[in-house]
Amino acid sequence: MTKDQMTAARQFIDAIPHSRRLGMQLEELSDGRAIISMPYDSALIGDPVTKVIHGGAVSALMDTAGGAAVVAHPLAGLGTATLDLRIDYMRPATPGQTITATAECYHVTRTVAFVRATACDEDTGRPVATATGAFTVVKASA
Amino acid sequence: MSRPEPVTQVKRRRDLALSVIVSQVPYIEFLGVRFDRHGDELTATMGFHDNLIGNPMLPALHGGATAAFLEITAIIGLAWSTLWDDIEAERLDVEAVQNGALVLPKTIDFTVDYLRTGLPRDAYARARVNRSGRRYASVHVEAWQDNRDRLFAQASGHFLMPQSHG
Repeated sequence: MTKDQMTAARQFIDAIPHSRRLGMQLEELSDGRAIISMPYDSALIGDPVTKVIHGGAVSALMDTAGGAAVVAHPLAGLGTATLDLRIDYMRPATPGQTITATAECYHVTRTVAFVRATACDEDTGRPVATATGAFTVVKASA
Repeated sequence: MSRPEPVTQVKRRRDLALSVIVSQVPYIEFLGVRFDRHGDELTATMGFHDNLIGNPMLPALHGGATAAFLEITAIIGLAWSTLWDDIEAERLDVEAVQNGALVLPKTIDFTVDYLRTGLPRDAYARARVNRSGRRYASVHVEAWQDNRDRLFAQASGHFLMPQSHG
């Protein structure tokens, strides 16, 4: 990945209003890989009893990390859209802790990029959720 | 034979139950989602807001906002359908729900299909509970914008039902 591509990918992610609203931070970006964190916020609670973050916020984090991994892949273009995303929830995220998603774009065809992602809280040995998804490949020359 | 319950009383009871359930989940308010009720049928609306944008160039809704909207619709739809009999029999303890006694179904897995670009305008969704067992439930959700038969996203998911003790 060239420096220009990296800068463009970073700007692409920073310019997403919904991701910013959820407090997402780009932690790492390399060829086909993205790490994005989302701090705990009581506005994002989905379970009133346990104060656990709503699965939807975790989905948004996974989707953003997945899209970023695609954009950061050397064979993909500078834009993408999600075709499908499946999330498996392993355990509730611990209230008060930041959730960090690591997404890897492991295969790209001319039209489709395939992604897998894992989300963890501070206990990085036990994932909170995993995801697999397919994203569009948008090429400027197409 | 007892006379049927007055319609205003029926509506008041159902609407109160719905608003109390929905108000327990901060994320629903965060996303700007509300629920309209006709009988036992719920329609969720996610009012458009700039904060929901995922692609500012198009512009288009964020896939994560769409996924969250569908998951909210599925969970509330599922909880509503399981509580319906209690609401009708006036067994739902509204005060207890307000004090945090409501245990919602938990998502096991959730799969979203993105069929069209989410446009920068209001979105609507309805959930259908395909199977609701003692432990597990399977729910399908459809979301549209301007035309009911042109879905922009659909999802299906499995949920763990709240376990009553004993």
